[in-house]
Amino acid sequence: MSGADITYGEVSDRGTAIARVVFLACALVTVLTTFGIVLVLITGSIPFFREVSIVEFFTSTEWSPIIRPRSYGILPLLWGTMLIVVGSALVALPVGTLTAIYLSEYANRRLRRVLKPTLEILAGIPTIVYGFFAISFITPQIQRVFPETGTFNALSGAIVVGVMIIPMVSSLSEDAMSAVPDDLRNAGYGLGATKFEVSTRIVLPAAVSGILASYVLAISRAIGETMAVTLAAGMQPNITFNPLEEIQTMTAYMVEVGTGDVSVGSIGYQSLFAVGLTLFVMTLAMNLLSQYIRGRYREVYD
Amino acid sequence: MATEEFDGLDANGSLARKRLYGRIFVGVCFLSTLVGVVALALLLADVIYESWGWLSWEFLTYPPSRFAENYLPGGRGAGIYPALVGSIFLIVLTAVFTVFLGVGAAIYLEEYAADNRLTRFIEANIANLAGVPSIVYGLLGLAIFVRAAGLGSSLLAGSLTLTLLILPIVIVAAQEAIRAVPDSQRRAAYGVGATKWEVTRDVVLPSALPGIMTGTILSLSRAIGETAPILMVGAATSMFRPPYSLTGPFSAMPMQIFDWARLPQAEFQHVAAAGSVVLLTVLLLMNATAIAIRNRYDTR
Repeated sequence: MSGADITYGEVSDRGTAIARVVFLACALVTVLTTFGIVLVLITGSIPFFREVSIVEFFTSTEWSPIIRPRSYGILPLLWGTMLIVVGSALVALPVGTLTAIYLSEYANRRLRRVLKPTLEILAGIPTIVYGFFAISFITPQIQRVFPETGTFNALSGAIVVGVMIIPMVSSLSEDAMSAVPDDLRNAGYGLGATKFEVSTRIVLPAAVSGILASYVLAISRAIGETMAVTLAAGMQPNITFNPLEEIQTMTAYMVEVGTGDVSVGSIGYQSLFAVGLTLFVMTLAMNLLSQYIRGRYREVYD
Repeated sequence: MATEEFDGLDANGSLARKRLYGRIFVGVCFLSTLVGVVALALLLADVIYESWGWLSWEFLTYPPSRFAENYLPGGRGAGIYPALVGSIFLIVLTAVFTVFLGVGAAIYLEEYAADNRLTRFIEANIANLAGVPSIVYGLLGLAIFVRAAGLGSSLLAGSLTLTLLILPIVIVAAQEAIRAVPDSQRRAAYGVGATKWEVTRDVVLPSALPGIMTGTILSLSRAIGETAPILMVGAATSMFRPPYSLTGPFSAMPMQIFDWARLPQAEFQHVAAAGSVVLLTVLLLMNATAIAIRNRYDTR
């Protein structure tokens, strides 16, 4: 991997040999982390799935592992997560893509030097602060339009997660658009295309793999988002089409157990790992899909 | 991109129409860009507005209280002190662990690793780890550090969990810094008879250090704002004194803000806002430090 692959003979020096082993060990910590995550989630879920059949887990529509009468259907949590994902995608995907087009194709250099760091700040705000923003600003605004809105509602959570993932879509999509060579744009202009046509019919299609990959990553991020949705969307497992009602996502359930007094070894504690495993599998699948899209449909320009 | 769609040159009327479409499109793109900017402005304005009048010196130096009026200036004094100190301890410990592990891993990948299956596996794995939700790291910390290793809900368990969380980002940042060290410098050192370890220690590391520090501080500023992992590890919500030992309980600012924000009394919303302002200020200071280091040493 090194740039300077100088083969300096087979000089055996102790320092280098020790350094290699120590540094390799550091790198292997990341591999151990992955194995650790998989191991912890699977071994933690096994006791749960001894009590609860996988069929019940994925088909029952009631989720109440702590409070009697107990039932163990994860569908309400999946539904809650899906509401947040769909809502936040409706905000972030169009806004992020158009932002990327503006930054890559239209903004002059001075404007770009202001806008890009601003969006980076947006990406660096802690999620707990987003959660506070949702309950103290977004929810009251929604209540002004729809007075029946509850203190906790899916819409507020979806909007705030949408804002949170805008920078992810815009920066990755802009990278993809900036990588489109100017030759292609100039060829378009040579044919008499307007700038609008060049942007939407040449740059956008040429950058489509990077843009789609950014969408999938942003959705993966929305699935795993925890604190903002816990504060804004609530703690009530609920299969509903009404975004003004309180819901609970998988992550919010994990927070509920994490902050509650659930004893180790109880089914409530075990359910934490079953939900965590489901969450991990979903985000991993999205991340792999994103990598696949980028690799599969990438146009390589020199 | 069918050719019949590019009929701009011969059709006069449609050219004007296309120009209009173009202008509308630029307008829509610009407005979309403003969505992010306006959201940021609203967020900051909201947090500062809600905290107005609640942020005082006492807020930084007193432990939290159950009574909202104690937080007000002139009250008995209540605030974020244990969580603020807890966050600083947490970040210092995390920094020690991540610098060692992250730089070590990056040096291995950039300077020592052969281009083989193991290396490609490690790199692909790092890319995937960066996409794992932070709450899953919290479960890992809970099962491994808190339970299996018997550390309990301690400062050490919290910082080890945060270390694993930001390690992938630190490694990638350190790799970039190491890659930016010109090969000519390595060759010169080899030319005067240095061993690979000496080249790493005396040439590559000193030269890559500013970049590594910048990347590490930026990653740490992500760690200090994380709530979910330390929540799963069992960070306390109402600590009345700062952490006093590595294996003792701890609180941290995001956890304390979460605790305030979910209280039903309206007054505590202001307290949560005041806590958010303190957290954002610490973040700002960390980012400013990172940028200052980058500008100071960026000679390229």
